[in-house]
Amino acid sequence: MSAAAPLPIALPILAAGGAIVLRHRIPWPRALGLSAIAFHLGLAIAFVFATRTGEVLAVQVGDWPAPFAIALAVDPFSALMLLVASMMVATCTIFAIATGEDHRPFFYPLVLVLLAGVSGAFITADLFNLFVFFEVMLIASYVLLTMRGGASQVVGGTVYVTTNLLASTIFLLGTGVMYGVTGTVNMAELARVAPGSPGAIFAGALLLVSFGIKASLVPVHGWLPSSYPRATPAVAALFSGLLTKVGVYALFRIYSVVFDGAPQFRTALLVIAAATMLAGVFAAMGAESMRLILSFHIVSQVGYMIMGLGLFGVLGLAGGIFYILHHIVVKTSLFLAAGAVEVHEGTGVLNRLGGAARRHPLLAAGFAFSAFSLAGLPPFSGFFAKLVLVRAAFSSGSYAIAGISILVSFFTLLSMLKIWNAAFWGDRPDGRADSETDAASRRAGIVAPGVLLAVVSVVMGLFAQQMFELSRTAAAVLVDTTPYVDAILGGAP
Amino acid sequence: MTGALVVGVLVAAGVYLVLQRGIVRVALGFVLLGHAANVLLVLSGGAGRRGVPLADVGNAPPADPLPQAFALTAIVIGLGMTAFLLAVAYRGRDVIGGDDVESHEDGST
Repeated sequence: MSAAAPLPIALPILAAGGAIVLRHRIPWPRALGLSAIAFHLGLAIAFVFATRTGEVLAVQVGDWPAPFAIALAVDPFSALMLLVASMMVATCTIFAIATGEDHRPFFYPLVLVLLAGVSGAFITADLFNLFVFFEVMLIASYVLLTMRGGASQVVGGTVYVTTNLLASTIFLLGTGVMYGVTGTVNMAELARVAPGSPGAIFAGALLLVSFGIKASLVPVHGWLPSSYPRATPAVAALFSGLLTKVGVYALFRIYSVVFDGAPQFRTALLVIAAATMLAGVFAAMGAESMRLILSFHIVSQVGYMIMGLGLFGVLGLAGGIFYILHHIVVKTSLFLAAGAVEVHEGTGVLNRLGGAARRHPLLAAGFAFSAFSLAGLPPFSGFFAKLVLVRAAFSSGSYAIAGISILVSFFTLLSMLKIWNAAFWGDRPDGRADSETDAASRRAGIVAPGVLLAVVSVVMGLFAQQMFELSRTAAAVLVDTTPYVDAILGGAP
Repeated sequence: MTGALVVGVLVAAGVYLVLQRGIVRVALGFVLLGHAANVLLVLSGGAGRRGVPLADVGNAPPADPLPQAFALTAIVIGLGMTAFLLAVAYRGRDVIGGDDVESHEDGST
């Protein structure tokens, strides 16, 4: 099974190449894209199954001996992230087919390259390789974001590209300093030499700042709400689930490998987590369009994940990982529902919407499920993810962060109700009657992906025990990196 | 020491340009910041401690090739990113009428 580790990267890249060559033969890009995504999904399920008891599958690329090869390693955390990533790409692609976005030239190659970059970032066990995969992912996302080429996309794209370029430059500087100080960029070797070394801590701090920008932590979150709402609906949904979470993944990985969960920085992480939760949720309350509200909620929710990281320990990290998995599913579902409302109703601005629940009952039900899950009501996945986090906070005596996280949940519910009241209940202010809604625009493909993910959230809530076990196994490998290090270095000294 | 000064000057000039309003200046600023990162990558291999990376020139051991490979990769990526940023700026001239995105107000948010 470990020989299959490069496949989640290689397969989408190959399919992307094929889709570029065959881009004018209409059914081919779609067929190639969908089959690559389906195969990726199958692989990810196999990886989750193979790593469910904490195994780490490692492969030395090119068969070079251990510390010299660029290592790829799939641990339980990577496998879970791969699984949700390919689920999100699959559902967003189905949505894009339904809205016609996939007819744009290079849509499939770009989505596949994005999938390859995201998978590479999750699998790689080499710091410089992580930088390269971040860039692979980002260049695809730059083009997807600005694809429509209007004034709004240029403005959003400029903010997005410059912010990410800055973060990437800091990442590169951090990698350079790290290599200069420790003489290695292999994560397994870093786990042995970096913890406790002041130079490595400085380099690690540069890396954490860079990932913090990419994960949109307060105070460096401003780029996200000014770029995501400007993308096309399917692309925004794809970004909402994947991109910031790759930054969060890197934060978890680096804090575990380079800092070995050093307790002296945890308070700082918890303060940032609290600021991120509060700033995001309050900004969302003042926003006036569906996707802008949801974008601010991404910021707020990233705070919960960082809360898990700040608590560290198996329970805290398990809560953080559970939260990441839950959040990716639910947030993409909400963005897909918002995109479906925009496609059906022609706008996402709240004071021009109304009565969508009567016209699209299934869509409304899907949105309501996901909204409740986001706010953390039982029996949805959000409740259990937050429960684990709050339990972890209480058991480590961090009562303030537990209180803030519960407070933020109420405000989250409040702004979800704001969307619900304005968009789904009442009547449209322009008085458009129900019968005028074009029946053809109610195609199942537009509504189904969001509803499907809402159902996934319910299933994750019903099987919370199993989800928690998987998250706890993943967290255990982050807390005690010995299996990870041994798998990569092959037991070599 | 020379290397550290070069990195410092490049970062200072790069930060100055990135803080300007026009997107072309910002792009040039990122070019300079990218150069700073590349010089730092090469320095991390210990340029001051070692001789030139050619066989049989002096008695010093050859320089560490890995950070040079890093710098090469980073230069290629940086070129692509700069090209994309300039392409966005060019598109912005058509649809916004200038290269200052801050001055553009639209109703989409």
